[in-house]
Amino acid sequence: MSNKDISISKDMFAPAHIDPSKSEKIAKPSLNFWQDSWLRVRKNKGAVVSMVILGILIIMAFVGPMITPYTYDNQNTKHNNLPPRIQGIENVHWLPFDGTLARRDGTVYNAYEVRKVDAYYWFGTDNLGRDQFARIWKGTQVSLFIAFMAALVDMAIGVAYGAISGYLGGKTDSIMQRIIEVIVGIPNLIVVVLMILVLKPGIIPIIIALTITGWTSMARVVRAQVLKFKGQEFVLAAKTLGASNSSIIFKHMIPNMFGVIIINTMFSIPNAIFFEAFLSFIGLGLQEPHASLGTLVNSGFKSMIAFPYQMIIPSIIIALIMVCFNLVADGLRDALDPKMRD
Amino acid sequence: MEKILEVKDLRISFHTFSGEVQAIRGVNFDLYYGETLAIVGESGSGKSVTTKSIMRLLPENNSEIKSGQILFDGKDLTKLKDKDMQKIRGKDISMIFQDPMTSLNPTMKIGNQIMEPLIKHQNMSRHAAKERAIDLLKLVGIPKPEIRVDQYPHQFSGGMRQRVVIAIALACNPKVLIADEPTTALDVTIQAQILELMKDLQKKIDTSIIFITHDLGVVANVADRVAVMYGGKIVEIGTADEIFYNPQHPYTWGLISSMPDMDTDDEELFSIPGTPPDLLEPPKGDAFAPRNPYVMKIDLEQEPPFFKVSDTHYAATWLLHPDAPKVEPPEAVKRRQSQYQGTVGVGNGVALEKDKFPGKKEGK
Amino acid sequence: MVKYILQRVGYMIITLFIVTTLTFFLMKLIPGSPFNNFEKLTEVQREILLDKYGLNEPLPVQYYQYMVNMVKGDLGISFQFDNTPVTKLIANRIGPSAQLGLQAMIVGAVLGIFLGVIAALKQNTWIDYGSTFIAVVGKSVPSFIFAGLLQYYVSVKLGWLPVMLWKGPEYTILPTIALAMFPISIAARFMRTEMIEVLGSDYITLARAKGASRWQISVKHALRNALIPVVTVMGPLAVSLMTGSLVIEQIFGIPGLGEQFVKSINMNDYPVIMGTNILFAVLFVVVILIVDILYGIIDPRIRISGGKAK
Repeated sequence: MSNKDISISKDMFAPAHIDPSKSEKIAKPSLNFWQDSWLRVRKNKGAVVSMVILGILIIMAFVGPMITPYTYDNQNTKHNNLPPRIQGIENVHWLPFDGTLARRDGTVYNAYEVRKVDAYYWFGTDNLGRDQFARIWKGTQVSLFIAFMAALVDMAIGVAYGAISGYLGGKTDSIMQRIIEVIVGIPNLIVVVLMILVLKPGIIPIIIALTITGWTSMARVVRAQVLKFKGQEFVLAAKTLGASNSSIIFKHMIPNMFGVIIINTMFSIPNAIFFEAFLSFIGLGLQEPHASLGTLVNSGFKSMIAFPYQMIIPSIIIALIMVCFNLVADGLRDALDPKMRD
Repeated sequence: MEKILEVKDLRISFHTFSGEVQAIRGVNFDLYYGETLAIVGESGSGKSVTTKSIMRLLPENNSEIKSGQILFDGKDLTKLKDKDMQKIRGKDISMIFQDPMTSLNPTMKIGNQIMEPLIKHQNMSRHAAKERAIDLLKLVGIPKPEIRVDQYPHQFSGGMRQRVVIAIALACNPKVLIADEPTTALDVTIQAQILELMKDLQKKIDTSIIFITHDLGVVANVADRVAVMYGGKIVEIGTADEIFYNPQHPYTWGLISSMPDMDTDDEELFSIPGTPPDLLEPPKGDAFAPRNPYVMKIDLEQEPPFFKVSDTHYAATWLLHPDAPKVEPPEAVKRRQSQYQGTVGVGNGVALEKDKFPGKKEGK
Repeated sequence: MVKYILQRVGYMIITLFIVTTLTFFLMKLIPGSPFNNFEKLTEVQREILLDKYGLNEPLPVQYYQYMVNMVKGDLGISFQFDNTPVTKLIANRIGPSAQLGLQAMIVGAVLGIFLGVIAALKQNTWIDYGSTFIAVVGKSVPSFIFAGLLQYYVSVKLGWLPVMLWKGPEYTILPTIALAMFPISIAARFMRTEMIEVLGSDYITLARAKGASRWQISVKHALRNALIPVVTVMGPLAVSLMTGSLVIEQIFGIPGLGEQFVKSINMNDYPVIMGTNILFAVLFVVVILIVDILYGIIDPRIRISGGKAK
């Protein structure tokens, strides 16, 4: 802490010039909302892997039923309950695609050889001899269709309801909110079951039943956002420039809430898949010969002990879809939620 | 005077996703018995990190004491085991935090929160601890302490809560009290009350205080000595009079000029241009160089050592080197220097034009 | 607080009224007849049957009758199960369902909170990642998939536990695990977030500054504050258990309410469907109310200020 003398030349003490613009440099290049979000999602490995898996599953849901020589509803009772067998890897015995089954006493036999069937059912066949490969991908297609439609309808109703309620405010808002409170108070299990009983099981009734209570969470989220935006300058500016109410809502407010809308929708998709499968289990799912993942798992349960593949493969697919959708939704929430932004 | 606490060449880094942040880069200071040392600096200068490291309250997972010693009672606190440190915290050294609204446990009665250190460190019975808690509440000026002791924090106002936090800190008559911006979050009128209370209590229980703040007005009120921190280092240290009336470091000049002053009719408040240094990559020379209006070539090349101004006053700036040109400090500083008897180092040099630094006083 | 509870009970009654009304009229809309071979019966037989169940009255009268009886605690007579009163059917079945639900809730809450707390205390270690993995899988994969896989691998393949039925404590293990996966994961995630937030708060730093030990800080200061908000998710979790148990009971052949409900759906036994629905609705609103009140009781901030929070 003392005045040490160091040999420093005198000219070092000349005034230096510093460019003021350098000390105020901007560290980050500017990105728009979507670029920024994508960069954030990309950092989340789980979300990216899930997106890839979901992409493959969605493609297979359309391509799968076409690449097998069998159709999903063609019955061939001579070929019923055959285990999975795939050309090429049928001799790799540690994989479950060698066409073998276990008897009750534990001995393993090749069902195709014993029953003299010269065919390859990649995921095996069900008790009516229908190709499980075609059925599973067809079922995936149906389940995804139901889920996406339900999510879309939820989104449409929820956004409209929430935007109107929040934007108009006052009495309208409080009445609309009381209605939501009552609807939320009704267990959706009851509503879904009742609706299916009234409408009879089918793709459209299931979608209706799922959406009849499903839109409330979206409506609440959108209303909260609209209330937030209502007092902000860009909305006031649009108003003073004479924009109509609908153009303020749809052109100015909703684009600003894409983030929350997408996150909410992403969470409602797996929820819809769950309820569809759930309905199949309590006997209110799709009727034969139609298949969804729920009906496939449900009928797989019935022959689980003898033919476990009939339950396990659709179970894995449904689990995979649910996990992936949840991970993507989590990733998007972390990426899009402005509260998390630093 | 005897030293109670010595901080020697302390270096602390934080490991973050973007790299190693060198928050503290070689800090030295002593704390004497019964004195109040104020540490002044803007946010990010490392003042809170320094004191948190004395208490060993830095997050364990990402902070690292790179080197240095913190000597208390002959023990090096940086080397103590967690268990032994717990015996010192709250007993010998205690702390008051910035925001009284968040520093009390919302689901615990006030009394229990005060009793905790008493039971832990002084093996008091619950009953005795409660009696003491009531006494402490009385001491810090909370009316009806017998009732208040059984209430929850949300039933107290901000100023009252800070009194409670002070009561907790003083519960075991600590030798050192660290006050981390204890008045920043309070209303101005309450601030004065809390400062009075602290001065009062210091006399009563004879403790040394480290007072952290960015508010020089507060410093003038409470401090015996002042250390000015910038960029993870102490840049100037001296008695309160020396720092206020004969500052040497251009950063201290900036701080003093940016203090609102009743005596003059300056309309504009002074501000120090630029932003604090990026401690991810600390600059090569003097960290203050980019914001220093008197910057010299050597500032960009070499870190300045401490130059002795008096026995108690040191400053780390090349301007004190015998070869350095004499510079004119800002008006506000000159005014203060002229009030100070032993005027040193005021000569001709680069004149400072006030118009160079428009803008407002920097917040926080 | 009292005013708040009364207001909530008011909402509850309105909701229940709407649910029962809705249920009643929707059931009347269902096409087809609840009776087997109704078409083959003679006119007289039909009349007798309809009269017996009061189905000949005009709809408003039936509705009024049903509501009055319901308030008295009478939910009608089953069409299918030998004219047993619905309340009796439900009473016979509620035991296993309640046991399964409670077990799953307790296992879920305890394990979930435990996982969440250790994940927060050991942040960014393999314990944390493991607990997060369990939470993601448990939250995403439906309980019936767990049920099926557990049943196949644990019972059929390994033979460790009975495959199905409800005859003793060992029979309850697999259904409880399958049902508890969802509450475990939700509680774990929520607990972890809350705990991390609390651990970073100023009052925890102050507790450390007082010289409190690690254990005291985690349990006395952090856990308690982090637990309070977790109570709020318990309500929705209990409700999700009701949904889950319908299927789980079906899969494991447990003689509970859910199994009965599914059976009555498949047999068009309207009074039983309605009765079970109403019971579910009552449970649902009561659970949510209890959780809200509980929240008010354990959080001193709400307790004193009269439940204005939220």
